[in-house]
Amino acid sequence: MSDALDIALRLLAVFAVFLVFPLVIGQTEHKVMAHMQGRLGPMYAGGFHGWAQLVADGVKFAQKEDIVPAGADRRIFQLAPAVALLPYLLVLVAIPIGPHNAVGQDLDAGIFFVLAVMGVGVLGSLMAGWASANKFSLLGGLRTAAQLLAYELPMLLAAASVAMAAGTLSLTGIVEAFHWWWLPWQIVGGVVFFTAGLAELQRPPFDMPVADSEIIFGAYTEYTGLRFALFLLAEYAGIVVLCALTSVLFLGGWHGPFGAAGLGWLWTLLKTVILAFGVIWLRVTYPRLREDQLQKLAWTVLIPLALAQIALTGVIKVVISS
Amino acid sequence: MTLAATAAGQGFLSPGGVEIAFLLVGLATLGAAVVTVTTRQLVHAALWLVVALGGIAIEYLLLTAEFIAWVQVLIYVGSVVVLLLFGLMLTKAPIGRSPDADSGNRWAALIVALASAGTLVWVVVDAFRATWINLDAVQGSTETTGRSLFQYWVLPFEALSVLLLAALVGAIVLSRRGGEGKAPAAALRNTTATAPAPREEQR
Repeated sequence: MSDALDIALRLLAVFAVFLVFPLVIGQTEHKVMAHMQGRLGPMYAGGFHGWAQLVADGVKFAQKEDIVPAGADRRIFQLAPAVALLPYLLVLVAIPIGPHNAVGQDLDAGIFFVLAVMGVGVLGSLMAGWASANKFSLLGGLRTAAQLLAYELPMLLAAASVAMAAGTLSLTGIVEAFHWWWLPWQIVGGVVFFTAGLAELQRPPFDMPVADSEIIFGAYTEYTGLRFALFLLAEYAGIVVLCALTSVLFLGGWHGPFGAAGLGWLWTLLKTVILAFGVIWLRVTYPRLREDQLQKLAWTVLIPLALAQIALTGVIKVVISS
Repeated sequence: MTLAATAAGQGFLSPGGVEIAFLLVGLATLGAAVVTVTTRQLVHAALWLVVALGGIAIEYLLLTAEFIAWVQVLIYVGSVVVLLLFGLMLTKAPIGRSPDADSGNRWAALIVALASAGTLVWVVVDAFRATWINLDAVQGSTETTGRSLFQYWVLPFEALSVLLLAALVGAIVLSRRGGEGKAPAAALRNTTATAPAPREEQR
């Protein structure tokens, strides 16, 4: 009985994180962007600094009419937002936030699970792009697919490097094996992983698939109301997952200079939030990469770097163990 | 892998929960596979393929081969189907039925499919017969898979990678020939379905 209760509580906690964190990231993005660009942003809803703008947005999205274009492939069009969002919920189950089994479910091949399921989310964008029966959507879908194919490989290679270093595929195992000197050792892999992850989420400067000045909003052009909100939510959930994963794999997760007893989860959280801030910062700072620049960056820079990192990891691993 | 106990005391005709789930998922997978090859809507076929491949991943999970299951999702659902959809988007696949999505080879295809299915089932049945593998202990953990792959199956593994390399080189050769402007449009369309080809052209 207590086993079932334990599992239910864990799943409930993961679900709560899934519901709350993406919204917090969204709100932070509003505010950070407003401050960095020297503009006010929404300031009235709720009084203090427009804190209730998020609620107002939610109400607005819920009220809007849910339109399916006449020429669209109805069922696939309606299914796409769920396919885009749900994988991130599944991924959150496997990400550890603290020591002593503070994880939804510790998986033997956790790193593979996380990367595999994250890849499924992109199917949602492809389905949306194709089923909308709209040329802009189709172009967006094409760009999404091309981007995924290019950036999945460096992401996997970088993750493989850290798995080699730790000698396990379990996310908990990787954090447990972490030492501070892994930071300089795996830094290249970390940068490659984070960059490729940004590209997979289609966040600026890699937002060619949704480039609003060229193809309206890519695969999501035809969406309205709640379904559109679900796509936005998927993007923010993706940021949470990517930042949490990067901090778990490359920044040591719950390890910190002090406060090891009981405060581990705070370190994970802090690293995740700092990375998420970086993601927002990048959006405000950098212009969009052109499609050919995107592909060139992946195939000529990131993949060689990831391969070099794997070689370095292998050499040092052999030197240590001998 | 060699932990198989004798079949004594284990009946194949008194299935437990896992066996029933295995069977049901198998039926669903089979159904999705049949729809994949019979539907006239091209993109729907690709999406049903996702269901079929995901069903196989669930079967692996039920057999406690966790690593293989996630690799299945990563490679097939995450990459191969994305590639398929990418290729389909480059064609004029309409929303709704494609009038020319049927092939005159359907009977030949059916015979080949049945023959290969029969061969595979026969091989598996002949190899294992009444072997009973106890799944209460995890049999397909990452460590077990890695050990058997790199100790006993290194040669087939490496041979497969050489095969993949040959396919890669072939794709590049095909796309290069397309670049010279000799090949007809049909050949070009075929090469877009292989991963490295379009990128090779971009440079």
